[in-house]
Amino acid sequence: MSHNLDATHHHEETFITKYIFSQDHKMISKQFLITGMVWAVIGGILSVIFRLQLGYPDANYAWLENILGKWWVEGGHITAQAYYALVTIHGTVLVFFVLTGGLSGTFANLLIPFQIGARDMASPFMNMLSYWFFFVASIVMLASLFIQTGPFSGGWTAYPPLSALHQASPGSGVGMDYWITAMALFIVSSLLGGLNYIVTILNMRTKGLSMTRLPLPMWAILFTAILGVLSFPVLLSGCILLIFDRHFGTSFYLSDIFVAGTALPNEGGSAILFQHLFWFLGHPEVYIIILPAMGLVSEVLAVNARKPIFGYLAMVVSMFAILLLAFLVWAHHMFVTGLNPFLGSIFVLLTLLIAVPSAVKVFNWLTTIWRGSIHFTPAMLFAIGFVSLFISGGLTGIWLGNSSLDIHLHDTYFVIAHFHIVMAVSAMFGMFAGIYHWFPKMYGRYMNNTLGYIHFWVTIIGAYLIFWPMHYQGLAGMPRRYYDYSTWESFKQFADLNRFISTVAAVVFLTQLIFIFNFFYSVIFGRVLKTPNPWKANTLEWTTPIHGIHGNWPGEIPEVYRWPYDYSKGGRDYIPQTEPIGPNEIDDGH
Amino acid sequence: MTIYLIIAVVLLVFVITFQVAKASEYVSILRGEEANRKQNNKINGWLMIIFLILGLWGAYICNNLLFKKTLLAYPSASVQGDKVDEMIWITLAITGFVFIVTQILLFYFAWRYQESDKRKVFFFSHSNKLEFIWTAIPALVLTVLIVFGLKNWFYFTGEAPKDAMEVEVTGKQFGWIFRYPGVPGHFGKKYYKMIDLANNPLGLCWRDSAAIQIKDDPYAHKDVVLEQTMYLIKNKPVKLIIGSRDVLHDVGLSQFRLKMDAVPGIPTTMWLTPKYTTEEMKKITNNPDFEYEISCDQMCGNGHYSMKGIIKVLTQEEYDAWWAKQKPAYLLAFPIDTSNTKVTMIDNKQQHLFTKN
Ligand code: HEM
Ligand SMILES: [Cu+2]
Ligand SMILES: [Cu+2]
Repeated sequence: MSHNLDATHHHEETFITKYIFSQDHKMISKQFLITGMVWAVIGGILSVIFRLQLGYPDANYAWLENILGKWWVEGGHITAQAYYALVTIHGTVLVFFVLTGGLSGTFANLLIPFQIGARDMASPFMNMLSYWFFFVASIVMLASLFIQTGPFSGGWTAYPPLSALHQASPGSGVGMDYWITAMALFIVSSLLGGLNYIVTILNMRTKGLSMTRLPLPMWAILFTAILGVLSFPVLLSGCILLIFDRHFGTSFYLSDIFVAGTALPNEGGSAILFQHLFWFLGHPEVYIIILPAMGLVSEVLAVNARKPIFGYLAMVVSMFAILLLAFLVWAHHMFVTGLNPFLGSIFVLLTLLIAVPSAVKVFNWLTTIWRGSIHFTPAMLFAIGFVSLFISGGLTGIWLGNSSLDIHLHDTYFVIAHFHIVMAVSAMFGMFAGIYHWFPKMYGRYMNNTLGYIHFWVTIIGAYLIFWPMHYQGLAGMPRRYYDYSTWESFKQFADLNRFISTVAAVVFLTQLIFIFNFFYSVIFGRVLKTPNPWKANTLEWTTPIHGIHGNWPGEIPEVYRWPYDYSKGGRDYIPQTEPIGPNEIDDGH
Repeated sequence: MTIYLIIAVVLLVFVITFQVAKASEYVSILRGEEANRKQNNKINGWLMIIFLILGLWGAYICNNLLFKKTLLAYPSASVQGDKVDEMIWITLAITGFVFIVTQILLFYFAWRYQESDKRKVFFFSHSNKLEFIWTAIPALVLTVLIVFGLKNWFYFTGEAPKDAMEVEVTGKQFGWIFRYPGVPGHFGKKYYKMIDLANNPLGLCWRDSAAIQIKDDPYAHKDVVLEQTMYLIKNKPVKLIIGSRDVLHDVGLSQFRLKMDAVPGIPTTMWLTPKYTTEEMKKITNNPDFEYEISCDQMCGNGHYSMKGIIKVLTQEEYDAWWAKQKPAYLLAFPIDTSNTKVTMIDNKQQHLFTKN
């Protein structure tokens, strides 16, 4: 397994091969991270603008008109088409570009070779391609914001016929072509990355690192990659059929349509077919987002509680159960599409079943910190916040998974609250935990703790203030994706609340800028790391030199003798994986 | 002007924050890193417990402020909705309990087990017994929820009662069209290529067309077509036959606690039994402007947010009086066309029966 160091190390590094077309996993991970951060900021700005519309629909946005132009803001008002474009692109980039590309791309690339003891990925070249496909996808998606008819505006789920018919909405014209192109490129990136992650974890572990000694982030990333590799192609095929319907006159999704004054020739297609294809990816996708976050959080909790992760095996098994079940619950997004009720009932059963492994994970995390010795680093705070949010959002999943409740709550703000808490904010917290924790590994410096604390407390309070009250809006049946509620007798009572939520959202967004500042400031000026193992952690990445080198370890790759969670064992604070089992020590079976 | 003020304030807050952060680094150097770390640990530990308490209190306040704005403050407007409400309360009781217990444990542990020189970590890496317990209990509880849920689900999605009236609901960008069969149980045929925006928005088969192989359907001449407002009868089950003319829509009936998508080419159905007339609901909600609104709950384009329909729930007598005034869409479109006489052969009594039962 151990590469010949010389073979990987001999070519001259130019600026281009080192920083741009780099094949080094550490650099690629930084590229994913920075791109993800750029998208997170853009996605955040988009959401602040559409929340302005919801919170303050009557304010004068003439100043914004000067910046964005007439398509977006007209006569001092944010237009409906702009609102829908903002919502759609916000959802798309946060789900795919930030929490899939950004999160998996960053931490899979950073941690896989480090934690399994490999010089680099199985195919560094494919790894590089994975980033550059992501980059081009990003450019195409970004470009779509500037075309004349506007970006795609039919919601991130892109349901046809709306997304198939340019007559149905201006955003379904060229904007949709850009959207599909960007998504297709993104899927290619994701597949290239995913295959590489799987192969590397399975084949390139260092001596002694059996699967049962893998740190949990590795398990999480392995399962994530498997989910992605098996489900993204289905979305790709769905998108290709959509392209055919859009441009080549096929009728996969179209039937009996009279739009913009004319009857279309298409008959016999099914709009619901797309939803099956979409959610066959779409549901696994939510686990593609959350599993890496769970992995990172498990690691951060154990390290900072100075205690082994509780129930390592149960953690792996529950992730595996989630992996399997994730493929069998997609139609819970389709309870009210006219789905066969019996089929619906099967999906209720399987959906609520997935709450069991989720519950197991929560209880294991709780027991991990129980009677530990908690060090509240910013990473640890975000990890604890993650658990809190995952509980809150997971529980509302039980509401929505029961079709007889979903029949009332579907497509209301209750769903918005559910998935933002359980997925969006949670995964963001996982990502923050990861960044704060591994920043010293990436840049050889520390981030500023005080800013980290401020960032955490404002964000968690803000996240709850924003999303908690939305459950009430959902219980009133307030539909999502509405540009304006003022004419609705049933929903206009929430005008004050919307104003409140929008204000908090703006504050929380600004707080993220503190994080961004802290990040870049610390890259350059942060306190310099003096020890390679600042958190006193057991995993292999902390045995590499402070300043990363090509090939990761200067000499031989270390050998592994134990699992990564020997914290506070036998009176010792921590025992690195590279330390052999002592003569009187009981190996915990790992 | 305010915008500049806001920007100025934001910048100021940023600058102060960064100064504080910088200062804290110097303090840390002065005081010694270890001492500083311990102090930060204490502060954050306390913040955990404060967050827990304020959070639970906040949830309570939030409930006080918002509960009366939700539908749950009033009885549901349909028989089916009562069952949804019942499900909500059962689910809330269970998930609410779990929520409170787990959040308390999480933040209490975080506070209680913060780093301390006085206490040693308890090395505890696994317990099959615990894993079994917290796999089995959630599984059992979920089974209960599934049983309740599916019982209701099959009731909601089951056959409508035989005496249910039928109304067809068609979504279009951006509004609703309702069709009542002129002859009970016999909606006339329609075909989307017959749609004529001025006269025949649903494409009812009012004539023969060899080109698209359509035959004139006598029943279609009798159908009553309405835009935007649908009329239902209190306590009478109604079966909605839902379709769409263009993209996806969704018939969202929040006061009735039900919804169903409208899909072009694939009709869906939903049935419900209204419990209160619109007038009664005005009193119940204490809102003279109350209306049953149909909200489109499926993204359908830039006008999605404005796709409102109204349901007027009437008593049987009011409904009969209203129905007596309705004219078939065909007659409204072609008042002098005599081809309408074709349908006189259909028994008028049938129509009478329909409106009465
Ligand atoms: C306890 C387990 C969970 C259950 C039973 C559950 C159930 C559901 C159901 C039934 C829906 C559809 C609601 C509707 O559209 O009417 C839904 C939506 C959603 N869930 Fe979950 N969920 C669970 C956990 C999660 C997790 C862990 C994530 C992500 C990490 C997640 C992310 C989402 C997202 C993104 C949506 C909304 C998609 C959209 O329509 O835009 N859920 N969930
Ligand atoms: Cu799902
Ligand atoms: Cu709509």
